[in-house]
Amino acid sequence: MAHAAPLVVHAEPWINFDVGLLADRFWANTINGLAYGSVYALIALGYTLVYGVLQLINFAHSEIFVIGVFATYLTFISLGFEPGAIPNLPIAAIILDLILAGLVAMTVSGLAAVGLERVAYRPLRRRNAPRLAFLITAIGASFAIQQVIRIWRGSNPEGTIRLLPPQPVFTIFGAPITNLQIVIILASLAMFVVADQFVNRSRLGRGIRAVAQDPATATLMGVNRERVIMITFAVGGILAGVAALFYLMTIPQGAVYNGGFLLGIKAFTAAVLGGIGNLRGALLGGLILGVVENYGQSLFGGDWRDVVAFVLLVLILMFRPTGILGESLARSRA
Amino acid sequence: MIRRRIAAVGALAAAVALVLSGCANQGGGEQQGGGPAAGAPSQPTDAALPAGNGQGRCAPGTSIGYAGTIAGQNAALGIAIVNAAQLAVDQHNAANPNCQVTLVRADTGGTPDTAVGPTTGLINNPAVLGLVGLPFSGESRAMGPALNAAGLVNITPSATNPGLTQNGWTNFFRGLGNDAVQGPAVAGYIQNRLNAQNVCVIKDDSDYGIGLAGTVTQALGPRASCQIDVKTNQREFSAIIGQVQQANPQAIFYAGYYQEAAPLIQQLRDAGVQTTFIGPDGVKDEQYVVNAAGSADGSLLSCPCVPQEGFTDFTNAYRQAFGVPPQTYSAESYDVTTILLRGIDQGAADRAALLNFVRSYQGQGLTKRFQWSPTGELTSTPVWMYRVQGNQIVTDTQIG
Repeated sequence: MAHAAPLVVHAEPWINFDVGLLADRFWANTINGLAYGSVYALIALGYTLVYGVLQLINFAHSEIFVIGVFATYLTFISLGFEPGAIPNLPIAAIILDLILAGLVAMTVSGLAAVGLERVAYRPLRRRNAPRLAFLITAIGASFAIQQVIRIWRGSNPEGTIRLLPPQPVFTIFGAPITNLQIVIILASLAMFVVADQFVNRSRLGRGIRAVAQDPATATLMGVNRERVIMITFAVGGILAGVAALFYLMTIPQGAVYNGGFLLGIKAFTAAVLGGIGNLRGALLGGLILGVVENYGQSLFGGDWRDVVAFVLLVLILMFRPTGILGESLARSRA
Repeated sequence: MIRRRIAAVGALAAAVALVLSGCANQGGGEQQGGGPAAGAPSQPTDAALPAGNGQGRCAPGTSIGYAGTIAGQNAALGIAIVNAAQLAVDQHNAANPNCQVTLVRADTGGTPDTAVGPTTGLINNPAVLGLVGLPFSGESRAMGPALNAAGLVNITPSATNPGLTQNGWTNFFRGLGNDAVQGPAVAGYIQNRLNAQNVCVIKDDSDYGIGLAGTVTQALGPRASCQIDVKTNQREFSAIIGQVQQANPQAIFYAGYYQEAAPLIQQLRDAGVQTTFIGPDGVKDEQYVVNAAGSADGSLLSCPCVPQEGFTDFTNAYRQAFGVPPQTYSAESYDVTTILLRGIDQGAADRAALLNFVRSYQGQGLTKRFQWSPTGELTSTPVWMYRVQGNQIVTDTQIG
């Protein structure tokens, strides 16, 4: 074999403009984008809730999500599933196992979020630390959790466990919808409605909104601020646990220590896009981001995925600096 | 204002995310199964072995170094390489009572930014006369100038980016074929064996993926009818799959690493795309098979690495020492370590002498004949095709 021909840079257009593909794949991209965007939205809710109450961007939230992913994965393992093989179980048993894994993930993520708050943020609050210290702590906590997981589970993704291989159920305008996507979109919407109602209607939710609006007055009115903060983190963690289950069902290769990094940034983007501090904004932002990423890839090419997402963010913030729905958690009640 | 600041933070984080695209590994697969597969070479009778003639003499404390990932990013490959180097050193020391060489390990973490400290430590250790590594192209590029300035001979057993030998470094040698060899070999296989007229070339955004996709696309010419890009760490490919479905190719070549290839092949198969899938050495890893969960079956994997199952003495010794069969690039590492040891045995007592020895070295190893061009490329560079069959990676045929 002759050695080392000179490496010729291949001439390839640096950007495509494939309107035909965009039109062709419009419905498929929309459906896939909505399903994947649901995961963004569920994670984004955690960013938004904590921001609303503490004005803190909890960068460690992506690791709370990863903890949920591992909790889901380890539940599958302890239920006797093995990586690689596709289990042949009755559908009822699969649903039961998935619900169980989801409950475990919600519990573990919720507890992890509360634990994180205890260990990382509460001591800072006690000492009246400046806001910047919280932000640095959040980034530090994110790296610390990531590295602990890496030391524990190694740097390779966990083996694939799939309980529910996607099967097309019906088509919309020629685009197939899989059983998995139906489950994810519907369940995410349900979770969102529950979270929204919880914040807007329940007593605890009123506490959350009160602290978000004016912590000092809320305290004077008898709201236990520390408890509200704890509940806020717990709700965010629980939603991240749900997201973790759906993510692992969609991407079975996702259980890896740094798997939350990019997703976390995207979810944070979704939260800002919709208006950070606003629950409905997080949902809207997540879904829009998921869909637009897909359109962008078809139109411009696969390497434009992230560019499209962030350019969209910049454009929206230029015209609506507070995000699409704007407002904050305190005033989010319609 | 605060919102704008948030946007700035977001944009900054995004920029970081985009920059942090990995220069990851070249795989770390393993050949399982019993006897040699059809076509796998057996040990050449004149292959240089670490033991040598047993007459080696060297100063006490003489060392060679290994710099590469051990516990960091993509550790599997680094371990396969450092284990083989250790095996060579141990066999050498057992046979040569008057020359006891130490293998000094430095864990670079596998990335250019983490490689600086550990590699500098080896450079500053005067006992280290030569280096096995660095395994990955990105870290090799980052550390090349420092190693060159120190006159420390380094032979990489796995870094395949063609540009590494075009920097004017006089101390860098590559123990395998580069991607400018692998690309045309794969393209030839796709044209002649698979007889595919339309090929989709999908690449990730790493140096490795971009370089390899370039050589494959160039060799395929007009047959490379569609070109698709993915991102490092991307795991959701629905839009990409739409592009593939529209192009309806007869073969797909993926230039990148197993971490993205596994979800990609699974989602392709889920979407009903049954096209033949070909990956390079970056995908040739057990992890690919495990993570694709059945979808990987039938994938073809090219690699400038030589099948090891025929080198029974080596594979048995490796298995005995480490409890697992040798993996991708273990034999290449064993060969290049042997060359450094041979130089020390023959009296190379400082870095300059060992560098001269390697430069003019000519000899048969397990995997191939070793003789380097002035830039550090081998004159003989075999490329093999492997295939996934029943959840194992098995040897298919030599393609270049």
